[in-house]
Amino acid sequence: MDAIAPLLAATINAGTPLMLAALGLLINEKSGVINLGSEGMMLMAAIVGFAVAVQTGNAGLGFVLGALTGMVMAAFFAWLTVWLGANQVACGLALSLFGVGASAYIGIPFSGSSLVVAKTGIPFLKDIPFVGPALFEQHYMVYVSWVLCALVTWFLARTRAGLVLRAVGESPSSAHSLGYNVRLIRLGALMFGGACCGLAGAFICLVYTPMWVENIVAGRGWIALALTTFATWRPLRVMLGAYLFGGVTILSFHAQALGVPVASQLLAMMPYLATIIVLVLISRNANWIRLNMPASLGKNFNPNS
Amino acid sequence: MFRLENRAAPSTLMAWCSPVLAVLLTMLVAGALFWALGKDPLAGLNVFFLEPLRDANGWAEVGVKLIPLLLISVGLAICFRANVFNIGAEGQLVVGALAAGAFVLQVDTGENGGFWLISLALLCGMAGGMFWAAIVAFLKDRFNANEILVSLMLVYVAQHLLSYMVHGALRDPDGFGFPQSSLFSDGFLLPAVLPGTRLHVGIVLALAAAVLGWLFLTRSMSGFRLRVGGMAPLAARYAGFSSRKALWMSLLLSGALAGLAGAAEVMGPVGQLTPSISPGYGFAAIIVAFVGRLHPLGVIFSAFIMSLIYIGGELAQSRLGLPNAITGIFQGILLFSLLACDVLITKRLVWRK
Repeated sequence: MDAIAPLLAATINAGTPLMLAALGLLINEKSGVINLGSEGMMLMAAIVGFAVAVQTGNAGLGFVLGALTGMVMAAFFAWLTVWLGANQVACGLALSLFGVGASAYIGIPFSGSSLVVAKTGIPFLKDIPFVGPALFEQHYMVYVSWVLCALVTWFLARTRAGLVLRAVGESPSSAHSLGYNVRLIRLGALMFGGACCGLAGAFICLVYTPMWVENIVAGRGWIALALTTFATWRPLRVMLGAYLFGGVTILSFHAQALGVPVASQLLAMMPYLATIIVLVLISRNANWIRLNMPASLGKNFNPNS
Repeated sequence: MFRLENRAAPSTLMAWCSPVLAVLLTMLVAGALFWALGKDPLAGLNVFFLEPLRDANGWAEVGVKLIPLLLISVGLAICFRANVFNIGAEGQLVVGALAAGAFVLQVDTGENGGFWLISLALLCGMAGGMFWAAIVAFLKDRFNANEILVSLMLVYVAQHLLSYMVHGALRDPDGFGFPQSSLFSDGFLLPAVLPGTRLHVGIVLALAAAVLGWLFLTRSMSGFRLRVGGMAPLAARYAGFSSRKALWMSLLLSGALAGLAGAAEVMGPVGQLTPSISPGYGFAAIIVAFVGRLHPLGVIFSAFIMSLIYIGGELAQSRLGLPNAITGIFQGILLFSLLACDVLITKRLVWRK
């Protein structure tokens, strides 16, 4: 039992950035926009958050500016796709390629520096044996991600605004004729997604591996995109999926220590292979995807035509 | 104020001009970037866009980068025309390089090589890339798994696979433990076409691929079916064109070309297997394909611009003290510029008070 609690804690830690990003992307996609720029937004937010935290010694400020970075990039993406009507797939890729290059550039002076961010946890609860250290001795962003998951669930299922958002994703022209401003709603959804991806990127650099190396996000932005499909666009399943992938990552780290005689490079493939396998398992049933996928996902809408 | 107004019909003129406009806009933004970094904008642009073309050696170096970019982007142009979003060419390149490299390391005795063995090695590379793309096609065809995500995930798998092989089975036994294979002997290196430079016969293959790709898309029935399937899936189904066939064909073709690019890299400028074969050619080729209007001949123009940016980035490192990462920024800006300029195909700017 003693060995399992730290593994569980590490799993939650590894799953948190995936969950944060995927919740944001879920809201994007519910509004009918697919943003392949998540990897780039996370990288930019990671380096900005890290740089700010190193310079000011304030990790909280790092998270705020990381989220803002994500929002700025998302707003630019929204301008290109929602207002100018550019191809969403191409714009997202451009955003990611740009983020990879720009973060590498900004990060040069910070390469190799590290910092320590305390995991405060929740008082009293963290003293519970076994469960306490695993669940309640985490960085506060972990609890933010839980609250966020609950909020997104409630927002989509129970609020009027959530209903409007889903309507925009299903049929923008109907939402438009009912008098809703499709562009502004999509902009809002994208900004929310950008903020979430920003928090996720900052989390990777400030908490998960508190240092900067080039390309530190290592595909988690893409995995988060796969998670929304895996979750068939449901927030609670996003949480489940994120921790599942977190667990795979942690297992691949610890497999050698546990005596599994497999090369580290092959173990490092596991999260990516797991993503493919899970995508295949989910996509196999076309009805699951077709029933849940926002009908206008990836299609632009022009209110003037 | 300027306003965007819908055009009655898409402008053919703008469709041709917008890539050129995008390059000019990129230069403008790049100049602004140099200025912001405290460098002379004109000197910076000079280093990036003129300096590489000063002498024959510069042209040859641009050509060296053009080879992988052109090979991959011809394949991607065909894929994207068929609405198959193969984003994982980088992984297909890596597996192609691995397959060709493994073959060379098996048969290389130091004295053999030559035309037939080199051709076989290139074919191994094509087969490797094809195999990696076939996984994407199979999972999409059989299980409807999203090809964007699967091909992307396979990039990371391929990179770890290459790293595993050069750390293990393919490591140079006399390499002092460095994770790289032994150097290929001269008989397995692609011969130079310009004596005294690094420009190798890959350039002939790449240009041939562009012409063949163009003939395939515009002059063959399969190419026609593929394009119709991409533009109007319903019409294609009504005409009885198989979308499965288009999926497989476009992925196998682009995988083979990316694999060939990988093989040409290891047997050309790299000369051995190392953990990092490509500085992101597979991703840069996506931009090349879009800027080249998904046209196999258009991508010759955009691949040239892109290689110029690569070489310019290397020069900027030595001349201006700018880090190499600036290349990636320019590439991103180029694609953004194109996407923004493309708006003018369907809309026009009008002045309104």
